[in-house]
Amino acid sequence: MEAAIAITIGILFGSGVWLVLRPRTFQVIIGLLLMSYAVNLFIFVMGRLWIDQAPLTLAPGTPDPSVHADPLSQALVLTAIVIGFATTALYLVMMLGARGLTGSDHVDAEEEDEQ
Amino acid sequence: MSGLAWQQHLILLPIVVPLLTGALLIPVNEKHHQRKYAANLISTLILLGCALTLFSLTDSEYWSSGIGVYLAANWSAPYGIALVADRLAALMLTLTAVLALASLVFSSSRWSRIGVHFHSLFQFLLMGLNGAFLTNDLFNLFVFFEVMLAASYGLVLHGYNVSRIRAGMQYITINLIASFLFLIGVALIYATTGTLNISDLGARVATLGVDELRLFKVGAAILALVFLTKCAMWPLGFWLPTTYAAASPPVAAMLVLMTKVGIYALLRVWLQVFAVDSGPVAGFGFMALFCGGLLTLVFGAVGLLASDEPGHIAGYAAIVSSGTLLAVIGYGQPSLVTAGLLYLLGSTIATAAFVLLTEFIERIRTPGASLLAVTMEAFAIDEKPEEPVGVGIPGTLAFLGLAFACCALVITGLPPLSGFIAKFSLFHALLNPEIGAPDLNAWLLMGLIIVAGLAGIISLMRFGVRTFWASGNVLPPRLQLSELLPVATLLLLCVALTVLAGPATDYLRRVTDSLHQPGHYIERVLGEPAIPGPVRLQEGTQ
Repeated sequence: MEAAIAITIGILFGSGVWLVLRPRTFQVIIGLLLMSYAVNLFIFVMGRLWIDQAPLTLAPGTPDPSVHADPLSQALVLTAIVIGFATTALYLVMMLGARGLTGSDHVDAEEEDEQ
Repeated sequence: MSGLAWQQHLILLPIVVPLLTGALLIPVNEKHHQRKYAANLISTLILLGCALTLFSLTDSEYWSSGIGVYLAANWSAPYGIALVADRLAALMLTLTAVLALASLVFSSSRWSRIGVHFHSLFQFLLMGLNGAFLTNDLFNLFVFFEVMLAASYGLVLHGYNVSRIRAGMQYITINLIASFLFLIGVALIYATTGTLNISDLGARVATLGVDELRLFKVGAAILALVFLTKCAMWPLGFWLPTTYAAASPPVAAMLVLMTKVGIYALLRVWLQVFAVDSGPVAGFGFMALFCGGLLTLVFGAVGLLASDEPGHIAGYAAIVSSGTLLAVIGYGQPSLVTAGLLYLLGSTIATAAFVLLTEFIERIRTPGASLLAVTMEAFAIDEKPEEPVGVGIPGTLAFLGLAFACCALVITGLPPLSGFIAKFSLFHALLNPEIGAPDLNAWLLMGLIIVAGLAGIISLMRFGVRTFWASGNVLPPRLQLSELLPVATLLLLCVALTVLAGPATDYLRRVTDSLHQPGHYIERVLGEPAIPGPVRLQEGTQ
C-alpha cells in the first residue's frame, strides 16, 4: 500500500516536473496541475494511511486517537486544494493574456530564433 | 471580548483591517478612484498606527519579555494558531506600513489608475505581509505567503503589457513551484514532529529518533528552499531582476520588502528551532546559508556591473542585500545579526526609494523611455491615464540628483549615510567575535561585502553620470508633489537612521537578544492561557 502510494506520487510529481520544464505555457500549466495533485496526495498521506477510519467522532467523552484518522492533514489538504485552484485559475488567465498580447504560447512570450 | 485588553486585539488588527478594506473596495467602481484611494490611505494609516503602538508595547514592560500573544479563536497553543508580536515582528510591521504608505501616495497620481483593483490588491498584499510577520504556525505562514503572492501576481501584472506578462509568467511559475515545495516541507515536518507550531517544534525535535530526525531535516531543508527562493539566493533568484524591472515602480517598491519576508521567516524559524543549544539539530543548515549568501553576493555584484537599466540595478542591489543578510544569519553570531538588521532597514528603505526614483529617471531619459511609455499606455486596460501634469517644480533636477546620490550612498554603504554605519558595524562585529580571533569565513565575508559595494559604486556612478550629466539637453521632468513627497520621506528616514544610529542599534540589540533566547518566546506562546468561556465557568462551579 505504502509503496503503491509512494510510486503514484512519484510518477505524478515527476511528470509534472518534466512538463513544467517544457517551453509551451499549456504544458507548464498541466505540469503545475500534476505537481499540485502529487503534493496534495503527499500531504494527505503524511497523516499516515488509514483504512475505513473517520477523522471525527460525535461520541461523547475524550476520543481515542488510535482509532481515528488524523484530521489535521485532511484539513491542511483542503486548504491547499483551494489555494491551488485559485492560483491555477490565475495562471490560466495570464496564459490567455500572454497568448492574446504576444500571439505566442511560448513561456518567454516569444518564439526563439530558429534561423 | 471582555477578557482581553484592547492591546491584545492590536495584534490581530494588522491582518483584519487590510482584509476588510480590500474586500470592501472590490465592488466599488473604478470611477471612484479618489474614494478608493482615500479608503486605502486611511487603512494604511491605521496599520501604521497599529504597528507603531505594537512597536512601543513590545519594547516596554507591558507584556512579559516584550512578547504579545493572541490566541486565534481562543484555542491555546499548540492546538490553535497563535499570533505573536515580538520586537522583530513589530519592527517589520512598521517597516511594511512605512513603505506601503510611501508607495501608495506615490501611486496615487498615476499608477493606481492604469488598471483595475489596484487598491484591493494592495491591501491584500499588506494583509499577507503582516500575517506572515505575525503568525506562529507554519501552515498559517503558508496561507499568508499565498495571500501575499496572489496579490503580488496581480500587482506585478498591473498595467498589463508585454514585458510585464513575460516577467509575470516566470515570477508566477517559480512561486507556484515554491509553494508546492513549501507544502511538501510542511507536510514532512508535520509527519515527523506532529506539530506545526514553530514554538512547539524545538521541544518535539529533541525527542525524535534517528530516522525521523533525518526526515525532519529533509523537510526543514525543503522549507528553507522556499524562503531562499523568496529572498532570491543564488541560484534561486534569477526571477528577481526581470520582475523588478517590469513591475511598475510602486509595486516594485513593495517587492523589495517581499524579499525581506524570506529573510524574516528564516530568522524566525532557524533561530528558534536550530539555535546553537537546541540538541540534535543544533546549527543545522547555517553553513549552507552562509555559503549561499556568499555566492549570492558574488552573483549580485556581477549582475550590478552588467546592468545599466535602473530596474535591473535595483533588482541586483536587492540581491546583494539578501546575500549579505543570508551570510550574516548563516555566520551565526548574535552581534552580527544586530548589525545585519540595521543593514536590512537601511538597504530596504533606500532600495525602495531608488525604485520609486526610477520613475522620474525614465522621464528624463527621453527617446527610448517615452517609446516604452507609449507601449505601456497602449496596453493599459483602463482609460488612458492622464500624463503627469505636475507643476515644473524649480530645482527638480537638483532634487533628483541629490535623491539619487542619497540612495546610492546607502545602497553601496559609503559614508556618511546609514549604509556606511550598518556596514561598519557588520565589520566591527566580524572583527570582534565573542571568542578568539576572526576566522577565514569572516575575512571572506568582509572581502565580498567590500567587493559588492565597489560593484555597486561603479554601476550606480556609471548610471548617474549617464543620466544626469551626459545625456545632453536634459528637460527637467514634471513631477507632482505626491510623487516627490514619498521619495523625500524615505530618504529622510535613511538620514534619521544615520543620526539616530545609536538608539537604533540599542533597540536592534534588544531585538536580537530576544531572538537568540527562544526560551522566552516558547514559554510565552505555549503558556498563554485561553480565556475561560462562560460554559466552562459553569462547569467549574458545579
